[in-house]
Amino acid sequence: MKCETIKFKKQPKIIGSYSIVGPKEGEGNFKDYFDYIMKNDLFGEKTYEKAERKMIENAITGAIQKAKLSVKDINVLVAGDLLNQIISSSYAARAFNFPYLGVYGACSTMAESMAVASILVDGGYFENVVCCTASHFSTAERQYRFPLELGNQRPPVSQWTVTGAGSCVLSLNGKGPRVTMATFGKVIDWGVVDVNNMGAAMAPSAMETMLSHFENTKTTPDDYDLIVTGDLGKLGSEILIDLMEDKGIKLGVNYGDCGQMYYRRDQQTLCGGSGCGCSATVFNSYIMRKLQDGQYKRVLFMPTGALLSTTATQQGESIPGVCHAIVVENDEG
Amino acid sequence: MNEEERIKAYNKYVKAKIPKTRPFPTLFNSFWVGGLICLIGQGINDLLLYLVPNLSEQAAWSYTLIILIFIAAFLTGIGVYDKIGRFAGGGTIVPITGFSNSITSPSIEFKHEGIIYGICVKMFTIAGPIIVFGVVSSSFVGLIYYIVGLFM
Amino acid sequence: MEIFLDYLWVFLIGGFICMIGEILIITTNMTSARILVTFVLVGVFLEAIGVFDYISAFAGAGINVPIIGFGASLTKGTISAVESQGLLGIFTGCLTSTAGGISAAIIFGFIFALIFKSHTKK
Repeated sequence: MKCETIKFKKQPKIIGSYSIVGPKEGEGNFKDYFDYIMKNDLFGEKTYEKAERKMIENAITGAIQKAKLSVKDINVLVAGDLLNQIISSSYAARAFNFPYLGVYGACSTMAESMAVASILVDGGYFENVVCCTASHFSTAERQYRFPLELGNQRPPVSQWTVTGAGSCVLSLNGKGPRVTMATFGKVIDWGVVDVNNMGAAMAPSAMETMLSHFENTKTTPDDYDLIVTGDLGKLGSEILIDLMEDKGIKLGVNYGDCGQMYYRRDQQTLCGGSGCGCSATVFNSYIMRKLQDGQYKRVLFMPTGALLSTTATQQGESIPGVCHAIVVENDEG
Repeated sequence: MNEEERIKAYNKYVKAKIPKTRPFPTLFNSFWVGGLICLIGQGINDLLLYLVPNLSEQAAWSYTLIILIFIAAFLTGIGVYDKIGRFAGGGTIVPITGFSNSITSPSIEFKHEGIIYGICVKMFTIAGPIIVFGVVSSSFVGLIYYIVGLFM
Repeated sequence: MEIFLDYLWVFLIGGFICMIGEILIITTNMTSARILVTFVLVGVFLEAIGVFDYISAFAGAGINVPIIGFGASLTKGTISAVESQGLLGIFTGCLTSTAGGISAAIIFGFIFALIFKSHTKK
């Protein structure tokens, strides 16, 4: 049977999670939940790329510590980020003595890496697997857009790349919320060419994954305490609600978008946060905390990614999107 | 619905959904900041002519522009120009100071890639087209002028 | 009084040109490189049809400081070089007249790039 959804038999547990964010993010709506807030975007490094790498390293060690394990217990690392050739993850992996799988799903990398890690753990091949993703405003800005010092205005649909890294450890042993299902998404392109309007480019892929997830698992939005997309932003999440309504599914108050909720209104981020770090930091701080508290029993976490590159957009290509979903449950509370 | 129609319909829907900027404050800001930059330029020019009496008018203009370019490059360096730019938009892009900003900002941004491949190569990533278009189009005008001159 | 009126013109015309730039940004989502290219071409055109000097006479810095003035001075240099040097002027004229501005931008850009670091936006 052709089915995009995996139901895990052994259900790997998330036994440790760690988030680290930049100073601007540390003033946002989730500020009380982050594990570490950097005082400076450079994080004591010389370049922003090196800062991003250090964030990943710290997030990985932080998550391992919170899982009450040591680096020796980790079997494999699954990580990704936004930079070309995912250098931040790969160079961060250099500092550790375990195998590394690089994954790229743009801003959906957190769910993709967790789904891949869950398969590895569930299949019994590895015992403890670490997932990590990060993004940095200053590195993303100069790779995708303009130099930081250029005096230009941001269009009203644009989003703000989150400076932050999130990491978690998956294992069959220990205690923690369980990853029960994962749905891999198709690459969907509905012809949006505006590189600033990534929310609109990614919303159809979120709809597609959501529909197939609900169909494959025979669930409805009401079965989840929280349905959360990654970085559709204000505009993108409104579009998703409209698209789902067209398909006859109503997203109610249990639906939210990490990017839209990330910053306070007076932080001038227009449509909200974006980037790998957006969904990764929210998941590994706020959502994990609420799952552990028992406030949420079942969460559908489905970050979206815009698979664009400057070369493709300059050649006139439209922006394809992808969305991966995982379901995290915690009955113990 | 086929693929093409769906793309069209979706893009139309998205376009209608995009939040509109309130044009008044940004237009007003770009107006007065842009005007002020021009005013400063005129002030520098008049001051130069007053202080150095035997300066030709053309030389005074050149000095004025060089001083404005210097100020903009400096403000870019200390990280102030982008803040003004966010506030004023066109008011800081259109004057010659915007040209200076567009050269200095990538140079600073890419300095960690080295002096040759960072600063020097990336210097014209934004300003390059301005110089290319300016030179090509004005040379074209010169060519027409030359050809017309041959027959007159 | 007269000098006040002169400065008022400079302010109004300079501000108006910048505002047109902003209107272009809002309505077409143009990036700053495209805006600057457009305005340079406008300057080249205004100079080519001989209108620029009339505007410049009363607008002063109002039209010379915007990048339009840069375009105009490119063309002005080319035309006067064609007059004095003939065919060669097509190639030598434009950059001669704007050498000051371009060199200044390169020199200051280079020096400040060596001195300063990029700052994160807040």
